[in-house]
Amino acid sequence: MTAIELDGLERRYGERVALAGVSARVEAGQTLAVLGANGAGKTTLLRVLAGLLRPHAGMARVLGAELPAETWKLHGRVGFLGHEPLLYRELSGRENLAYHARLHRLNGSRVEEALAAVGMERRADEPLRELSRGMVQRLAAARAVLHEPPLLLLDEPRAGLDPAAAELLEPLIGRASGRTRVLVTHDVEGALAEADVALGLKGGRQQFAGRPPRAERVRELYR
Amino acid sequence: MIGAAVAILRKDLRLELRTKESVPAMSLFTVTCFVLFHFGLDRDSLDGELAAGVLWVTLLLAAVIGVTRLFAAEREQGGIDGLLLAPVDRTALFLAKGTALFVFLLALELVALPSFGLLLLGPDLRDALPELLLVLLMADLGLAAVGALTAALAAEARARELIVPLLLLPLLVPLLIAASQASEPLLRVSPSTEDLGRWLGLLALYDVVFLLLSIAVFDYLLED
Repeated sequence: MTAIELDGLERRYGERVALAGVSARVEAGQTLAVLGANGAGKTTLLRVLAGLLRPHAGMARVLGAELPAETWKLHGRVGFLGHEPLLYRELSGRENLAYHARLHRLNGSRVEEALAAVGMERRADEPLRELSRGMVQRLAAARAVLHEPPLLLLDEPRAGLDPAAAELLEPLIGRASGRTRVLVTHDVEGALAEADVALGLKGGRQQFAGRPPRAERVRELYR
Repeated sequence: MIGAAVAILRKDLRLELRTKESVPAMSLFTVTCFVLFHFGLDRDSLDGELAAGVLWVTLLLAAVIGVTRLFAAEREQGGIDGLLLAPVDRTALFLAKGTALFVFLLALELVALPSFGLLLLGPDLRDALPELLLVLLMADLGLAAVGALTAALAAEARARELIVPLLLLPLLVPLLIAASQASEPLLRVSPSTEDLGRWLGLLALYDVVFLLLSIAVFDYLLED
Protein backbone atom coordinates (compact mmCIF):
# COMPACT_ATOMS: atom_id res chain seq x y z
CA MET A 1 0.00 0.00 0.00
CA THR A 2 1.29 3.45 -0.88
CA ALA A 3 1.64 5.68 2.17
CA ILE A 4 2.90 8.85 0.48
CA GLU A 5 2.53 9.92 -3.12
CA LEU A 6 3.79 13.29 -4.33
CA ASP A 7 3.64 14.63 -7.87
CA GLY A 8 4.94 18.07 -8.83
CA LEU A 9 4.43 19.37 -5.30
CA GLU A 10 4.96 23.10 -4.92
CA ARG A 11 4.93 25.42 -1.94
CA ARG A 12 5.77 29.14 -1.80
CA TYR A 13 6.21 31.70 0.97
CA GLY A 14 4.98 34.86 -0.73
CA GLU A 15 7.09 35.15 -3.88
CA ARG A 16 9.79 32.79 -2.63
CA VAL A 17 9.57 29.23 -3.88
CA ALA A 18 10.26 26.83 -0.98
CA LEU A 19 9.43 23.62 -2.83
CA ALA A 20 8.96 23.00 -6.55
CA GLY A 21 8.46 19.90 -8.65
CA VAL A 22 8.78 17.43 -5.81
CA SER A 23 7.64 13.92 -6.76
CA ALA A 24 8.12 10.75 -4.74
CA ARG A 25 6.40 7.54 -3.74
CA VAL A 26 6.78 5.77 -0.41
CA GLU A 27 5.18 2.43 0.41
CA ALA A 28 3.78 1.67 3.87
CA GLY A 29 6.52 0.69 6.31
CA GLN A 30 9.29 2.26 4.22
CA THR A 31 11.64 5.05 5.25
CA LEU A 32 12.05 8.14 3.09
CA ALA A 33 15.23 10.13 3.78
CA VAL A 34 14.96 13.80 2.83
CA LEU A 35 18.41 15.27 2.30
CA GLY A 36 19.71 18.74 1.55
CA ALA A 37 21.53 21.74 2.95
CA ASN A 38 19.96 24.30 5.29
CA GLY A 39 17.12 26.12 3.53
CA ALA A 40 16.66 23.37 0.94
CA GLY A 41 12.97 22.95 1.87
CA LYS A 42 13.18 19.81 4.01
CA THR A 43 11.23 21.14 6.98
CA THR A 44 8.67 22.75 4.65
CA LEU A 45 8.15 19.34 3.02
CA LEU A 46 7.62 17.71 6.44
CA ARG A 47 5.07 20.37 7.40
CA VAL A 48 3.21 19.91 4.11
CA LEU A 49 3.11 16.14 4.68
CA ALA A 50 1.77 16.71 8.22
CA GLY A 51 -1.02 18.92 6.86
CA LEU A 52 0.36 21.96 8.70
CA LEU A 53 1.15 23.82 5.45
CA ARG A 54 -0.99 23.80 2.30
CA PRO A 55 0.65 22.78 -0.96
CA HIS A 56 0.17 25.48 -3.59
CA ALA A 57 0.39 23.21 -6.64
CA GLY A 58 0.87 19.57 -7.54
CA MET A 59 -0.55 16.49 -5.89
CA ALA A 60 0.10 15.21 -2.37
CA ARG A 61 -1.62 12.10 -1.04
CA VAL A 62 -0.66 11.02 2.48
CA LEU A 63 -2.18 7.91 4.11
CA GLY A 64 -4.93 8.09 1.50
CA ALA A 65 -5.77 11.74 2.27
CA GLU A 66 -5.60 14.23 -0.61
CA LEU A 67 -3.93 17.41 0.66
CA PRO A 68 -5.09 20.02 1.39
CA ALA A 69 -8.76 19.06 0.87
CA GLU A 70 -8.68 16.04 3.19
CA THR A 71 -6.19 17.25 5.80
CA TRP A 72 -8.70 16.36 8.53
CA LYS A 73 -8.20 12.68 7.67
CA LEU A 74 -4.60 12.97 8.89
CA HIS A 75 -5.49 14.31 12.32
CA GLY A 76 -4.37 11.79 14.92
CA ARG A 77 -2.56 9.59 12.35
CA VAL A 78 0.75 11.42 12.08
CA GLY A 79 3.55 11.58 14.64
CA PHE A 80 5.65 14.74 14.28
CA LEU A 81 9.04 15.08 15.91
CA GLY A 82 10.69 18.31 14.81
CA HIS A 83 12.86 21.15 16.08
CA GLU A 84 10.25 22.14 18.67
CA PRO A 85 9.25 19.47 21.21
CA LEU A 86 5.58 20.67 21.09
CA LEU A 87 5.57 20.42 24.87
CA TYR A 88 5.05 23.11 27.51
CA ARG A 89 8.10 24.11 29.56
CA GLU A 90 6.11 24.88 32.73
CA LEU A 91 4.41 21.46 32.74
CA SER A 92 6.05 18.21 33.73
CA GLY A 93 6.64 15.36 31.29
CA ARG A 94 3.73 13.42 32.77
CA GLU A 95 1.39 16.45 32.57
CA ASN A 96 2.43 17.14 28.98
CA LEU A 97 1.85 13.55 27.88
CA ALA A 98 -1.43 13.33 29.79
CA TYR A 99 -2.57 16.48 27.98
CA HIS A 100 -1.72 14.99 24.58
CA ALA A 101 -3.34 11.69 25.59
CA ARG A 102 -6.59 13.53 26.32
CA LEU A 103 -6.42 15.33 22.97
CA HIS A 104 -6.01 11.94 21.27
CA ARG A 105 -8.69 10.35 23.50
CA LEU A 106 -6.24 7.82 24.92
CA ASN A 107 -6.28 5.97 28.19
CA GLY A 108 -4.09 7.36 31.00
CA SER A 109 -2.14 4.09 31.16
CA ARG A 110 -0.73 4.90 27.72
CA VAL A 111 1.12 7.84 29.32
CA GLU A 112 2.89 5.57 31.79
CA GLU A 113 3.82 3.14 29.01
CA ALA A 114 5.24 5.98 26.92
CA LEU A 115 7.24 7.37 29.87
CA ALA A 116 8.66 3.91 30.55
CA ALA A 117 9.50 3.43 26.87
CA VAL A 118 11.69 6.56 26.85
CA GLY A 119 13.15 5.90 30.31
CA MET A 120 11.70 9.02 31.90
CA GLU A 121 9.57 7.61 34.73
CA ARG A 122 11.87 8.94 37.46
CA ARG A 123 11.98 12.52 36.13
CA ALA A 124 8.39 12.54 34.86
CA ASP A 125 7.12 15.04 37.44
CA GLU A 126 9.75 17.72 36.92
CA PRO A 127 8.88 20.73 34.78
CA LEU A 128 10.47 20.58 31.35
CA ARG A 129 12.42 23.78 31.94
CA GLU A 130 14.49 21.87 34.53
CA LEU A 131 15.37 19.01 32.17
CA SER A 132 18.25 18.70 29.74
CA ARG A 133 17.77 19.01 25.97
CA GLY A 134 18.17 15.26 25.56
CA MET A 135 15.54 14.47 28.18
CA VAL A 136 13.08 16.88 26.55
CA GLN A 137 13.79 15.21 23.20
CA ARG A 138 13.00 11.82 24.76
CA LEU A 139 9.68 13.18 26.02
CA ALA A 140 9.02 14.72 22.60
CA ALA A 141 9.56 11.28 21.05
CA ALA A 142 7.13 9.79 23.57
CA ARG A 143 4.62 12.51 22.61
CA ALA A 144 5.10 11.80 18.89
CA VAL A 145 4.32 8.07 19.20
CA LEU A 146 1.84 8.26 22.08
CA HIS A 147 -1.13 7.67 19.76
CA GLU A 148 0.64 4.91 17.76
CA PRO A 149 0.60 6.82 14.44
CA PRO A 150 1.17 4.85 11.23
CA LEU A 151 3.30 7.71 9.83
CA LEU A 152 6.24 9.37 11.58
CA LEU A 153 7.67 12.68 10.35
CA LEU A 154 11.10 13.13 11.90
CA ASP A 155 13.24 16.24 11.66
CA GLU A 156 16.69 15.57 13.14
CA PRO A 157 15.08 13.23 15.70
CA ARG A 158 18.34 12.30 17.40
CA ALA A 159 19.48 15.90 18.00
CA GLY A 160 20.63 16.30 21.61
CA LEU A 161 20.48 12.57 22.36
CA ASP A 162 23.44 10.64 23.74
CA PRO A 163 24.14 7.22 22.13
CA ALA A 164 22.32 5.33 24.90
CA ALA A 165 19.20 7.50 24.54
CA ALA A 166 19.33 7.18 20.73
CA GLU A 167 19.41 3.39 21.14
CA LEU A 168 16.54 3.53 23.65
CA LEU A 169 14.35 5.40 21.16
CA GLU A 170 15.16 3.08 18.26
CA PRO A 171 12.11 0.78 18.79
CA LEU A 172 9.87 3.85 18.91
CA ILE A 173 11.11 6.01 16.06
CA GLY A 174 13.69 3.86 14.26
CA ARG A 175 13.25 1.29 11.50
CA ALA A 176 12.30 -1.24 14.16
CA SER A 177 9.09 0.69 14.81
CA GLY A 178 7.70 -0.73 11.55
CA ARG A 179 6.07 2.61 10.78
CA THR A 180 6.30 4.58 7.57
CA ARG A 181 8.89 7.25 8.28
CA VAL A 182 10.03 10.45 6.65
CA LEU A 183 13.44 11.29 8.04
CA VAL A 184 15.16 14.66 7.69
CA THR A 185 18.77 14.61 8.79
CA HIS A 186 22.25 15.89 7.98
CA ASP A 187 23.74 12.52 8.92
CA VAL A 188 24.13 11.42 5.29
CA GLU A 189 25.66 7.97 5.91
CA GLY A 190 23.13 7.16 8.64
CA ALA A 191 20.21 8.28 6.50
CA LEU A 192 21.35 6.32 3.46
CA ALA A 193 21.82 3.21 5.59
CA GLU A 194 18.26 3.24 6.91
CA ALA A 195 16.38 4.68 3.92
CA ASP A 196 14.39 2.73 1.36
CA VAL A 197 13.77 5.87 -0.67
CA ALA A 198 15.82 9.08 -0.75
CA LEU A 199 14.83 12.55 -1.85
CA GLY A 200 17.48 15.20 -2.49
CA LEU A 201 16.55 18.88 -2.36
CA LYS A 202 18.55 21.95 -3.31
CA GLY A 203 16.97 25.40 -3.13
CA GLY A 204 13.55 23.76 -2.91
CA ARG A 205 14.04 21.82 -6.15
CA GLN A 206 14.25 18.08 -6.35
CA GLN A 207 17.70 16.75 -7.35
CA PHE A 208 16.93 13.07 -7.08
CA ALA A 209 14.22 10.76 -5.80
CA GLY A 210 14.09 6.99 -5.62
CA ARG A 211 16.56 4.40 -4.43
CA PRO A 212 19.24 5.92 -2.18
CA PRO A 213 22.16 7.13 -4.32
CA ARG A 214 25.85 6.95 -3.42
CA ALA A 215 27.05 9.26 -0.64
CA GLU A 216 29.09 11.41 -3.09
CA ARG A 217 25.93 12.24 -5.03
CA VAL A 218 24.28 13.35 -1.80
CA ARG A 219 27.24 15.50 -0.78
CA GLU A 220 26.79 17.53 -3.96
CA LEU A 221 23.59 18.86 -2.37
CA TYR A 222 25.69 20.64 0.23
CA ARG A 223 28.07 22.37 -2.21
CA MET B 1 -15.28 17.81 21.75
CA ILE B 2 -16.04 18.69 25.38
CA GLY B 3 -13.24 16.37 26.57
CA ALA B 4 -10.68 18.13 24.38
CA ALA B 5 -11.98 21.58 25.40
CA VAL B 6 -11.66 20.64 29.09
CA ALA B 7 -8.12 19.32 28.51
CA ILE B 8 -7.02 22.54 26.78
CA LEU B 9 -8.72 24.70 29.42
CA ARG B 10 -7.12 22.78 32.31
CA LYS B 11 -3.74 23.12 30.65
CA ASP B 12 -4.22 26.90 30.12
CA LEU B 13 -5.33 27.48 33.73
CA ARG B 14 -2.47 25.36 35.05
CA LEU B 15 0.04 27.32 32.93
CA GLU B 16 -1.40 30.63 34.17
CA LEU B 17 -1.21 29.48 37.80
CA ARG B 18 2.46 28.57 37.30
CA THR B 19 3.65 31.43 35.12
CA LYS B 20 1.34 34.17 36.48
CA GLU B 21 1.76 36.07 33.22
CA SER B 22 -1.73 37.29 32.33
CA VAL B 23 -3.97 37.95 35.34
CA PRO B 24 -1.35 39.77 37.50
CA ALA B 25 -0.38 41.97 34.52
CA MET B 26 -4.03 42.77 33.79
CA SER B 27 -4.71 43.53 37.46
CA LEU B 28 -1.66 45.73 37.88
CA PHE B 29 -2.56 47.63 34.71
CA THR B 30 -6.10 48.20 36.02
CA VAL B 31 -5.02 49.50 39.42
CA THR B 32 -2.42 51.75 37.75
CA CYS B 33 -5.12 53.17 35.45
CA PHE B 34 -7.37 53.94 38.42
CA VAL B 35 -4.49 55.78 40.14
CA LEU B 36 -3.78 57.70 36.92
CA PHE B 37 -7.47 58.65 36.56
CA HIS B 38 -7.47 59.74 40.19
CA PHE B 39 -4.68 62.23 39.53
CA GLY B 40 -5.51 62.97 35.88
CA LEU B 41 -9.11 63.96 36.62
CA ASP B 42 -8.04 65.61 39.87
CA ARG B 43 -11.09 64.08 41.53
CA ASP B 44 -11.29 62.20 44.82
CA SER B 45 -14.46 60.43 43.80
CA LEU B 46 -16.52 59.68 40.71
CA ASP B 47 -20.10 58.62 40.20
CA GLY B 48 -22.65 58.05 37.45
CA GLU B 49 -21.55 58.40 33.81
CA LEU B 50 -17.94 59.25 34.53
CA ALA B 51 -17.52 56.33 36.94
CA ALA B 52 -19.07 53.89 34.47
CA GLY B 53 -16.90 55.17 31.61
CA VAL B 54 -13.68 54.98 33.62
CA LEU B 55 -14.48 51.48 34.91
CA TRP B 56 -15.36 50.00 31.52
CA VAL B 57 -12.64 51.64 29.43
CA THR B 58 -10.07 50.45 31.99
CA LEU B 59 -11.44 46.90 32.02
CA LEU B 60 -11.52 46.67 28.23
CA LEU B 61 -7.95 47.95 27.92
CA ALA B 62 -6.82 45.46 30.58
CA ALA B 63 -8.57 42.71 28.63
CA VAL B 64 -6.35 43.52 25.61
CA ILE B 65 -3.38 42.26 27.65
CA GLY B 66 -5.13 38.94 28.32
CA VAL B 67 -6.21 38.56 24.70
CA THR B 68 -2.68 39.27 23.41
CA ARG B 69 -1.31 36.53 25.66
CA LEU B 70 -4.10 33.99 25.11
CA PHE B 71 -2.13 31.98 22.54
CA ALA B 72 1.32 32.88 23.94
CA ALA B 73 2.18 29.39 25.19
CA GLU B 74 1.08 27.80 21.91
CA ARG B 75 3.03 30.36 19.89
CA GLU B 76 6.21 30.32 21.95
CA GLN B 77 6.37 26.59 22.67
CA GLY B 78 4.95 25.23 19.42
CA GLY B 79 1.86 23.85 21.09
CA ILE B 80 -0.37 25.00 18.26
CA ASP B 81 1.13 22.35 15.95
CA GLY B 82 0.41 19.69 18.58
CA LEU B 83 -3.21 20.82 18.64
CA LEU B 84 -3.54 20.98 14.86
CA LEU B 85 -2.12 17.45 14.49
CA ALA B 86 -4.53 15.99 17.04
CA PRO B 87 -8.09 14.90 16.22
CA VAL B 88 -9.46 17.96 17.96
CA ASP B 89 -12.41 19.96 16.68
CA ARG B 90 -11.41 23.63 16.35
CA THR B 91 -14.61 24.56 18.20
CA ALA B 92 -13.15 22.79 21.26
CA LEU B 93 -10.13 25.10 21.02
CA PHE B 94 -12.40 28.15 20.78
CA LEU B 95 -14.47 27.04 23.77
CA ALA B 96 -11.34 26.39 25.84
CA LYS B 97 -9.66 29.68 24.96
CA GLY B 98 -12.89 31.65 25.44
CA THR B 99 -13.50 30.03 28.83
CA ALA B 100 -9.89 30.64 29.91
CA LEU B 101 -10.26 34.32 29.03
CA PHE B 102 -13.61 34.44 30.87
CA VAL B 103 -11.93 33.03 34.00
CA PHE B 104 -9.04 35.53 33.66
CA LEU B 105 -11.57 38.39 33.42
CA LEU B 106 -13.40 37.18 36.54
CA ALA B 107 -10.09 37.03 38.41
CA LEU B 108 -9.22 40.51 37.15
CA GLU B 109 -12.56 41.87 38.38
CA LEU B 110 -11.97 40.41 41.84
CA VAL B 111 -9.10 42.92 42.06
CA ALA B 112 -10.54 45.68 39.88
CA LEU B 113 -13.88 46.22 41.60
CA PRO B 114 -12.57 46.67 45.18
CA SER B 115 -9.73 48.88 43.86
CA PHE B 116 -12.24 50.98 41.93
CA GLY B 117 -14.43 51.29 45.01
CA LEU B 118 -11.45 52.27 47.12
CA LEU B 119 -9.59 54.61 44.78
CA LEU B 120 -12.26 56.35 42.70
CA LEU B 121 -15.88 55.52 43.31
CA GLY B 122 -17.88 57.95 45.46
CA PRO B 123 -21.04 55.90 46.16
CA ASP B 124 -20.79 52.68 48.16
CA LEU B 125 -20.15 49.84 45.70
CA ARG B 126 -22.15 47.42 47.85
CA ASP B 127 -25.43 49.28 47.18
CA ALA B 128 -25.77 47.93 43.63
CA LEU B 129 -23.33 45.04 43.72
CA PRO B 130 -25.63 42.17 42.57
CA GLU B 131 -26.81 44.14 39.51
CA LEU B 132 -23.27 45.29 38.71
CA LEU B 133 -21.99 41.70 38.93
CA LEU B 134 -24.70 40.66 36.47
CA VAL B 135 -23.58 43.38 34.02
CA LEU B 136 -19.96 42.27 34.44
CA LEU B 137 -20.82 38.60 33.79
CA MET B 138 -22.80 39.43 30.66
CA ALA B 139 -20.06 41.71 29.35
CA ASP B 140 -17.35 39.15 30.16
CA LEU B 141 -19.14 36.52 28.06
CA GLY B 142 -19.09 38.72 24.96
CA LEU B 143 -15.59 39.90 25.68
CA ALA B 144 -14.38 36.30 26.01
CA ALA B 145 -15.98 35.31 22.68
CA VAL B 146 -14.61 38.29 20.73
CA GLY B 147 -11.27 38.05 22.56
CA ALA B 148 -10.73 34.38 21.69
CA LEU B 149 -11.64 35.10 18.07
CA THR B 150 -9.24 38.05 17.84
CA ALA B 151 -6.47 36.16 19.64
CA ALA B 152 -6.73 33.30 17.11
CA LEU B 153 -6.67 35.78 14.21
CA ALA B 154 -3.49 37.36 15.54
CA ALA B 155 -1.87 34.15 16.85
CA GLU B 156 0.51 33.65 13.95
CA ALA B 157 0.91 37.32 13.00
CA ARG B 158 4.20 39.09 13.59
CA ALA B 159 2.59 42.38 14.67
CA ARG B 160 0.04 40.77 16.99
CA GLU B 161 0.57 43.40 19.74
CA LEU B 162 -0.70 45.90 17.17
CA ILE B 163 -3.32 43.70 15.53
CA VAL B 164 -5.11 42.67 18.75
CA PRO B 165 -6.08 46.18 19.94
CA LEU B 166 -6.77 47.38 16.38
CA LEU B 167 -9.22 44.53 15.77
CA LEU B 168 -10.55 44.00 19.26
CA LEU B 169 -11.36 47.51 20.46
CA PRO B 170 -13.63 48.52 17.53
CA LEU B 171 -15.49 45.21 17.88
CA LEU B 172 -16.03 45.98 21.57
CA VAL B 173 -17.68 49.39 21.01
CA PRO B 174 -21.28 48.02 21.20
CA LEU B 175 -20.33 46.07 24.33
CA LEU B 176 -18.78 49.19 25.88
CA ILE B 177 -21.91 51.24 25.17
CA ALA B 178 -24.26 48.62 26.62
CA ALA B 179 -22.10 47.87 29.68
CA SER B 180 -21.52 51.57 30.48
CA GLN B 181 -25.19 52.46 30.03
CA ALA B 182 -26.24 49.52 32.20
CA SER B 183 -23.72 50.46 34.91
CA GLU B 184 -24.30 54.22 34.94
CA PRO B 185 -27.52 54.25 37.06
CA LEU B 186 -25.97 51.62 39.36
CA LEU B 187 -23.00 53.88 40.11
CA ARG B 188 -25.02 57.01 40.93
CA VAL B 189 -25.06 58.46 44.44
CA SER B 190 -28.58 57.06 44.67
CA PRO B 191 -28.35 53.84 42.65
CA SER B 192 -31.26 52.77 40.46
CA THR B 193 -31.95 49.97 37.99
CA GLU B 194 -33.29 52.34 35.33
CA ASP B 195 -33.16 50.79 31.84
CA LEU B 196 -31.09 47.91 33.21
CA GLY B 197 -33.20 45.26 31.46
CA ARG B 198 -32.88 46.99 28.10
CA TRP B 199 -29.07 47.21 28.24
CA LEU B 200 -28.73 43.67 29.59
CA GLY B 201 -30.84 42.55 26.63
CA LEU B 202 -28.44 44.28 24.26
CA LEU B 203 -25.47 42.64 26.03
CA ALA B 204 -27.18 39.24 25.72
CA LEU B 205 -27.76 39.83 22.00
CA TYR B 206 -24.10 40.83 21.55
CA ASP B 207 -22.99 37.68 23.41
CA VAL B 208 -25.16 35.36 21.30
CA VAL B 209 -24.17 36.98 17.98
CA PHE B 210 -20.43 36.86 18.69
CA LEU B 211 -20.53 33.37 20.18
CA LEU B 212 -22.23 32.01 17.06
CA LEU B 213 -20.06 34.05 14.69
CA SER B 214 -16.87 32.94 16.45
CA ILE B 215 -17.86 29.26 16.36
CA ALA B 216 -18.72 29.61 12.65
CA VAL B 217 -15.41 31.18 11.57
CA PHE B 218 -12.94 29.75 14.10
CA ASP B 219 -12.26 26.66 11.95
CA TYR B 220 -10.74 28.82 9.21
CA LEU B 221 -8.60 31.07 11.41
CA LEU B 222 -5.88 28.57 12.25
CA GLU B 223 -5.51 27.30 8.68
CA ASP B 224 -2.21 27.98 6.95
